[in-house]
Amino acid sequence: MAANLLSSRLNSKAMQTVLAFAGLIALIILFSFASPNFLRASNIVTILLMTAVNGILAVGITFIIITGGIDLSVGTVMTFGSVMAGVFITMLGLPIVIGIIGAILAGAFCGFINGVSIAKLGLPPFIATLGMMNVTKGLNLIVSRTKPIYFTHLPVFADIATKPVAGIPLGVLIFFATALLAAFILSKTIIGRYCFAIGSNEEAARLSGINTGAWKIAIYSMSGGFFGIAGIVMASRLSSAQPALGPGYEMDAIAAAVIGGTSLSGGEGSILGTVIGAFIITVLTNGLRILSVPQEWQMVVTGLIVIGAVYLDIARRKIK
Amino acid sequence: MDGFLVQMEGIEKYFPGVHALSGCRFELLPGEVHALIGENGAGKSTLMKILAGIYRKDGGTIKIRGKPAEACNTREAQTLGISIIHQELNLMKHLTAAQNIFIGRERKQSAGFLVDDREINRKTEELFKRINLNLDPRIQVASLTVAQQQMIEIAKALSFNNDVLIMDEPTSALSESEIEELFKVIRDLRAGGKGIVYISHRMDELHRICDRVTVMRDGQYIAASKMQEITTEQIIAQMVGREIYESHHPHEDTSKNEVVLAVKGLNRGRFVRDVSFQLHKGEILGFAGLMGAGRTETMRLIFGADPMESGEILVKGKQVSTKQPKDAVRYGIGYLSEDRKRYGLALSMSVKVNTVMASLEKLLKPLGVIDEVKSRDVAIRYVKRLNTKTPNIDQLAKNLSGGNQQKVVIGKWLVRDTDILIFDEPTRGIDVGAKSEIYKLLNELADEGKGIIMISSELPEILRMSHRVAVMCEGRITATLSAEECTQEKIMYYATLRNAPGT
Repeated sequence: MAANLLSSRLNSKAMQTVLAFAGLIALIILFSFASPNFLRASNIVTILLMTAVNGILAVGITFIIITGGIDLSVGTVMTFGSVMAGVFITMLGLPIVIGIIGAILAGAFCGFINGVSIAKLGLPPFIATLGMMNVTKGLNLIVSRTKPIYFTHLPVFADIATKPVAGIPLGVLIFFATALLAAFILSKTIIGRYCFAIGSNEEAARLSGINTGAWKIAIYSMSGGFFGIAGIVMASRLSSAQPALGPGYEMDAIAAAVIGGTSLSGGEGSILGTVIGAFIITVLTNGLRILSVPQEWQMVVTGLIVIGAVYLDIARRKIK
Repeated sequence: MDGFLVQMEGIEKYFPGVHALSGCRFELLPGEVHALIGENGAGKSTLMKILAGIYRKDGGTIKIRGKPAEACNTREAQTLGISIIHQELNLMKHLTAAQNIFIGRERKQSAGFLVDDREINRKTEELFKRINLNLDPRIQVASLTVAQQQMIEIAKALSFNNDVLIMDEPTSALSESEIEELFKVIRDLRAGGKGIVYISHRMDELHRICDRVTVMRDGQYIAASKMQEITTEQIIAQMVGREIYESHHPHEDTSKNEVVLAVKGLNRGRFVRDVSFQLHKGEILGFAGLMGAGRTETMRLIFGADPMESGEILVKGKQVSTKQPKDAVRYGIGYLSEDRKRYGLALSMSVKVNTVMASLEKLLKPLGVIDEVKSRDVAIRYVKRLNTKTPNIDQLAKNLSGGNQQKVVIGKWLVRDTDILIFDEPTRGIDVGAKSEIYKLLNELADEGKGIIMISSELPEILRMSHRVAVMCEGRITATLSAEECTQEKIMYYATLRNAPGT
């Protein structure tokens, strides 16, 4: 029975995470042999910083994917957070803290609308969030009058992402803190439990007396809050809110979650896996760049890795 | 009257196009196990789903412990003290056993947003001890067998400690020793004053565990009796009591005809166990049995839709291997699915396209171009022959009535000209007029010398059409009856015969 329990736990959760981690280590070893520059401290910091934004987005979308849903508005909602921070801090001259809270609430609000469209109006998540992607894409340009909003008058704002703490940029620490918080929420709290319950068998959850609609709205709103946090880190790194930024980020976030073992059909996934997945994507892009592989080929390789990872996941399930 | 846990009176329920329940009644006393039985579609599950708050009634009264009450959802049913164990499993496979059992009740007392896995694991362990289930509460449900999952459902229902427990076919996936364990639990609950509604098709179980029995038929209440005062034969008579609207018409003896299909020792899982039978030329072989008896599963093996574990199939004396439906079609076997909308028709395509769908290679011109003229001829011919009511052959299949859709499916296989036709519930959801046309057609096809297998859950249909009847129960053929010796009661007897000879 103990062996049975162990194998059931390994099969379901840990296996894909272990595989992803092994893949990450293999990539690091490969690139460090290929180029002496790869393991340099400065490059490692670059990798960490590059991962921070996509990592936070991927952590946020992991909750949604575990419910069996999807969110295509990830990137533009993040930018909506950046732009709203710009509105509060630069345009209205409010304190930075208000800007940060505003960005997170703005993200959560978009998530709330997504959740209502999906849970109450019955739209498929793909369509609801595709709509939200276009809405926020437009709003970003409207609110900013199509021009970047700069924070250059406030050097403190740039510190949020880049200020080194014990040699590690603060933005990276924010990413780690967000991931820890998310891991706690997913495994120890009621909202995390219902993510799995809804993704595993929504009808069974409903028949157990759970208000699945309300919980879905809560889950999408919470994830939106995470996208808002990513928006702050992004704006701080660029010292500006770039209104045209955003499209494309959703794919990297989804890819990170999927590579980390989160199942697109719902019910399975972990924050640790997603974090590893996010690092795999950055290490790959960074390593290929250091090896002077042209950018267009980097895209091809990343795409193939995603296909391969999902195939591995499917093959593993078939064997089971 | 006091003392009743549940009183349901004059319950009405309509589904689109169906009067599912009319004037139904049901009473449950504390400390009794009350069997609720009837044929497939008699309305047992619907009635209990109303009691459990899953459906809303359209009329009638419900009293719980003497007071009028109605549950609008499962949560309200729980507060009224009513639990239901569904016939189909309702578990979240990625969650652990304990997480499933206490879903919705996993919050920590001290901090409501946290889940208390330690506590629910402890409580689950206690529950498992009570029902003698040797499992770790932390095991993921996906890794359990169906029987174990069923026990998890039972443990979940018990965990609410409710007065009324509805069990919808709880033993359908359990082995004999597990059933004995379950009965022990049920007896304990009964001794503790709980009321248990026991829905089952298994006659032998009723006398073992039940105190009273309520019989339903066609959405209506028929009778309630004390178990000691009624025999199995009487219960069956109440279940099938409706009149047979067609008398037997004499069936000629087809047993001397050539054997067109012989099946020997077919096996797959628990749905098909050691199935052997023969089909003769010009014969209609009826397959009777209850839902889940393994009839469709058997036919899917023969047709190559699922892989068989063991067994032999002989077509006209020659052994064949049907690994894929295309193999079966090549050997002259056609299969008309019970779910014609899902598997039988391309709904958004025309009558013509559907008619020639399985025979396109016969209608090709060079370079793989479809011969439109020939296709039209063929489609028109079969619309005429089958008397399909459609304005023209370009009408989309989804715009036809159920009966005419079925004719299109039949036409498709006639174009293919297979010698063996397997009809799975050919008249399900078809009105009476179209039904008799389909019957006429089946008789004609048999007279032409085709071998026909007809699965049907409607006993009058089986009796009317079949030259011989094979009865299945739990994956086995429990009897093969000739038309002369066949009665509704006999079929029901064999359809509920568990642990049949030949085990």
